[in-house]
Amino acid sequence: MPERFRLRSRTSARTALILLAVLLVTLPFLTEATLGRSWIRVLDFALLYIILALGLNIVVGYAGLLDLGYVAFYALGAYLYAWLASPHFGLHLPFWAVLPLGAALAGVFGVLLGTPTLRLRGDYLAIVTLGFGEIIRIFMNNLNAPVNITNGPQGINLIDPVNVAGLSFGKTQQVLGLTFSSAHFYYYLFLAFTLATVFIAYRLQDSRIGRAWVAIREDEVAAAAMGINTRNVKLLAFAMGAVFGGLAGGLFAAFQGFISPESFNLWESILILCMIVLGGMGHIPGVILGALLLTVLPEALRYLGDWQRLVLGEVLLEPTDLRMLLFGAALVLMMIYRPEGLIPSRQRKREFHAEDGVVEQEQSSLYDTRG
Amino acid sequence: MLKVVGVSKRFGGIMALQEVSLNVHEGEIYGLIGPNGAGKTTLFNCMTGLYSVSAGEILLDGEGVHNQKPHRIVQRGFARTFQNIRLFANMSALDNVRVGRHVRTRAGVWGAVLRDRRTRAEEADSRQRAHDLLEYVGLGNKARSLAGHLSYGEQRRLEIARALATEPRLLALDEPVAGMNPAERQQMRELFLRLRSQGLTLLLIEHDVKLVLGLCDRVAVLDYGRKIAEGIPSEVRQDPAVIAAYLGGDGA
Repeated sequence: MPERFRLRSRTSARTALILLAVLLVTLPFLTEATLGRSWIRVLDFALLYIILALGLNIVVGYAGLLDLGYVAFYALGAYLYAWLASPHFGLHLPFWAVLPLGAALAGVFGVLLGTPTLRLRGDYLAIVTLGFGEIIRIFMNNLNAPVNITNGPQGINLIDPVNVAGLSFGKTQQVLGLTFSSAHFYYYLFLAFTLATVFIAYRLQDSRIGRAWVAIREDEVAAAAMGINTRNVKLLAFAMGAVFGGLAGGLFAAFQGFISPESFNLWESILILCMIVLGGMGHIPGVILGALLLTVLPEALRYLGDWQRLVLGEVLLEPTDLRMLLFGAALVLMMIYRPEGLIPSRQRKREFHAEDGVVEQEQSSLYDTRG
Repeated sequence: MLKVVGVSKRFGGIMALQEVSLNVHEGEIYGLIGPNGAGKTTLFNCMTGLYSVSAGEILLDGEGVHNQKPHRIVQRGFARTFQNIRLFANMSALDNVRVGRHVRTRAGVWGAVLRDRRTRAEEADSRQRAHDLLEYVGLGNKARSLAGHLSYGEQRRLEIARALATEPRLLALDEPVAGMNPAERQQMRELFLRLRSQGLTLLLIEHDVKLVLGLCDRVAVLDYGRKIAEGIPSEVRQDPAVIAAYLGGDGA
């Protein structure tokens, strides 16, 4: 009997996987047919935010380092893409060369940010990383004189779209009898990168490095005393998270065709952090759900304006205000009723609903081991 | 094997350790006793790199390890446990032990992502060794439990398994039987003897004088940050300074 059960569950898992694959492949066309073309862009952004959230999850969820300046890496990736593939400097390198460079640059900055902050933890680390995020944004805002590097608040325009084998993702084209808009093309590109990110996140989680990250999150002193080089392993977490941020930044620049410092403010960092907290910190499906909800729901709420006009004849509540209100309320309710996130990992759940014997390890100061 | 030479440790105006010298030989069980606040744990923290020393030297196999990073010291075969148990509470017992394998394994990010043959072999080996170690300390059926959910005695044993996973030659145990009942103490005692018979050198901080004097090959006594006696248990037991400082209250 159990044998047959296992067989059945395995085939049903395979069926579910095939259905999911079919859904993911046809999603842009289904969306276009039902909700309209503008929603494909929403899907694109949802995928982009999944990459960002999974990247930040390495730093915050696995290693337990609260990073409020994550958007800086996103900005670095985007700006590097703009510098190397736009008329701004007259360079037009192909995307497959620029994206890895952007990711690598972000990774280097991850280490640069990590190095001076290694001794900090918790709130103090959050403040310093927040400052770092703002510094990058302000640099981008002001580096237009004496040498025009970032074009200041105007941002950089006419960034090259991704171009695969002569097929430009920037314009609508017919492929195999189907009409692909720019948003369609980017959907598939982003989907590929998102799947790769999910794969890497899973592999890292179940690895020697992943266990070392969690060990540092749980008890840094014990981790050091068990032979983990806490400095290097923490820097690695910063760098890995930053790499995904830089990658997403490059994709964003190519997709939008225009970037400015506006896009990389503190609010973005907080939004990405909210996605992780909402979904379930450290748990990959939770983080994906969080990213999807926080990109799709605000868009859906736009319809509230139309609805008000239709039913009440006027817009009483501005949808953008309402979005913020509902967003805030949702987070407060979350913190009260499900602090561990919507779909937390098993261990997080236990952590937040501590049963007898599970006592939060106090880590007041680094080398405080005196009993 | 381990040589502590004139180590002092100052916290602001307080001298926690004053010119303490010890000499631990290979293959022995060396006990460190003393009243509360005598500086035993401070000395442990200095030896394992958690504290820097204010003066003096600590030599492991003749090479200075004082003021080195904790992970370097573990790498050289010196592992420890903590007095106030410091497990990774939200990791499984098995994963706690596997963290101990960190220092003896090498896979990095590329290995983790690509999972090449070497990484797979390393992971399988670390899993197997972790299972073996859990079996060894008597936690074979607890591999999947969260460390935080284990009983007190089990947590102590898991800490030892985790430390053993780093393949130490010298193992420092900070009050390993504190809070245990007599039956558990007996089990631990047997475990220590088994470890020694396998060639491990043990360094033991303990309040249970009976256990220390019965088990250890040699003992040092600390009081107010100074070493007041060192020798074989029967001698130390007779030492008037020790009786005055430590056993005196019992009228021994």
